[in-house]
Formats: sequence, structure tokens, C-alpha cells
Amino acid sequence: MSDWIPLWLHKLGSPPTFYRFAGVLQPWAMALALLLGAVALYGGLVLAPADYQQGDAYRIIFIHVPSAWMSMFIYAVMGVASFVALVWRIKLAEVVAMESAPIGAAFTFITLVTGSLWGKPMWGTWWTWDARLTSELVLLFLFLGVIGLYHAFEDRRQGARAAAFLAIIGIINVPIVHFSVNWWNTLHQGSTVNVFGQSKISAAMLWPLLTMTLATKFYYAASLFRRARTDLLALEGGKDWVRKIAEDEADR
Amino acid sequence: MSALQHFLAMGGYAAYVWPAYAVFFIVLIADTLAPRLRRRRVLAELRARLARQNARQERKPLSTPASP
Repeated sequence: MSDWIPLWLHKLGSPPTFYRFAGVLQPWAMALALLLGAVALYGGLVLAPADYQQGDAYRIIFIHVPSAWMSMFIYAVMGVASFVALVWRIKLAEVVAMESAPIGAAFTFITLVTGSLWGKPMWGTWWTWDARLTSELVLLFLFLGVIGLYHAFEDRRQGARAAAFLAIIGIINVPIVHFSVNWWNTLHQGSTVNVFGQSKISAAMLWPLLTMTLATKFYYAASLFRRARTDLLALEGGKDWVRKIAEDEADR
Repeated sequence: MSALQHFLAMGGYAAYVWPAYAVFFIVLIADTLAPRLRRRRVLAELRARLARQNARQERKPLSTPASP
């Protein structure tokens, strides 16, 4: 491969090195996710005041919005990893793309269910076929499609390449989800948190929201490391380094 | 009403807020457990395969017919 890629990155791409690297980072990522998540829950459920319009029902925001952001973020990561996998045929990129899909599907599912539970008391309906809700549902189907296509092939790597192609095509849906509240008339409220400029939300509600967002990022890292490690063991089953791990863990 | 009861009531929206949080945690716990179970299965299958290979190699010298 080209020489502009530093050597340590090459090494990190090799399965046994990544396996060890992810094994070291995984517990730290999970600990940070749990710690930040607990702080965010306390801030959001106990410290933050009730909303003047929505009462206490708005407290669903502290899991709904971070999950929605994660559903798009994970799709973007899956898309980029899929692109790398198809262009450079890096096994680790295939693993990252394919193991991101179930986590992304989980967050998308959480987004849809918590949104539904929020919509019922506030809008008077569990579901409506408007742009934001429908495009998020399409995102779930894209995740499920990638998972299904990946498992439809006898050969794992062939399946990963086919599913990576679907993942890349599906990226078009991510900006549609994001801008749907601006492009179309929708029941869903517009964005209240603004990266560039003033957010339309009180600080007592904003900090738990952002803390939970950080917690879900660390959770994703931990879950991805755990899944990638397992997948590498399955993919490299015939190699010596995997054999050694299997024998070591038999003694325990 | 005690402070805890007040907290659990969620201003009358308990039936929506708590199920939302329950779904969040149940789905993420399932996502955490799934790869652990898969890892155990993958390693057990690998060990079984290695054991079969070893057994075959040990049997081989015996299975070849002795020269007349």
C-alpha cells in the first residue's frame, strides 16, 4: 500500500494487533460510558426542571435524541468503513462496517420506540407517516438490510463486500433524516440543539443531554470493540493466534 | 406524596417515560450480551475442531494396515 500511511496504522489493521488493542481499550470505554450515563441520568431525571409545556414527558429527550444522533453517526461510520473495505480490501474495515450494523440498528430501534412513546402524550398519536419518522424507519430497514445481506452469503468476506455496497448507497438517507424537519412540513419538532450558535434549550437540560450523547459514543466504541474482537476470532479461526486464545481460555 | 413517589409519577407521564427508559436499557444490555455469547460459542467450536483434528492424527498410525 502507499507509503503515506504510517506504519503503526498498518500494524493496527492486522487482526491480532487490533484484537489486543481493542481488548485494552474496551473496558475503559465501557466504564466511561456507564459513568457518564449515570451522571447524565441523574442530571436529566432528577436535577433538570420539568418543561413548561411538556411537563415531565420531555425527559424522554435524554435518551431519544442521543440515540437518534447515534443512529446517524453509526451509519456514517459504517458507510466510511464500507468504502475503505471496498477500495482497499482491508479485512478490519469489513469487520468494523459489519459489526457496526447491529449496534446502529439497536439505536435506531430505540429512537423509533422512545419517539413513539413521546409522541403519544404530546401529539396524540404513536406514529405518523411524516418525513422525519419515515426516513428514520428507512434507516432501520437499511441497517437490517445490511445485516441480512451480510448473512445471506456462505462466504463471509463476499457477504461483507455485497453488504458494504448497500451501506454506501444507503448513506443518501442520512442527510435526508437530518434535514427532513427543515425540508418538509412535519409533526416532529425542529432542532433545538445547535452546534454553531445558540441552542434553544436551557443549560440545566442541555448538559445532561450532551453528557448522554458522549456516553452513547463511548458505549458504541465499547460495543464495537467487543463485537469486532469476537468477529475476528470467528474469521481467523484457523490461525495460530486464535488457536492460542481458544486453548488459553479452555483452562479457565 | 413522598419525594420518591413524586419522582416515579413523572408528573403523570410515568406510563410513557419509564417504558422508554426500559427499552433503552433492555436493547443495550442485549447488544452487550450477544457478542459475549457468540464469543463463547466460537471458541468452543474451535476447540472441538482442534480436538477432532488431534484425534484423527493420533489414530492414523493405527489405521494403516500392517505389512504382511
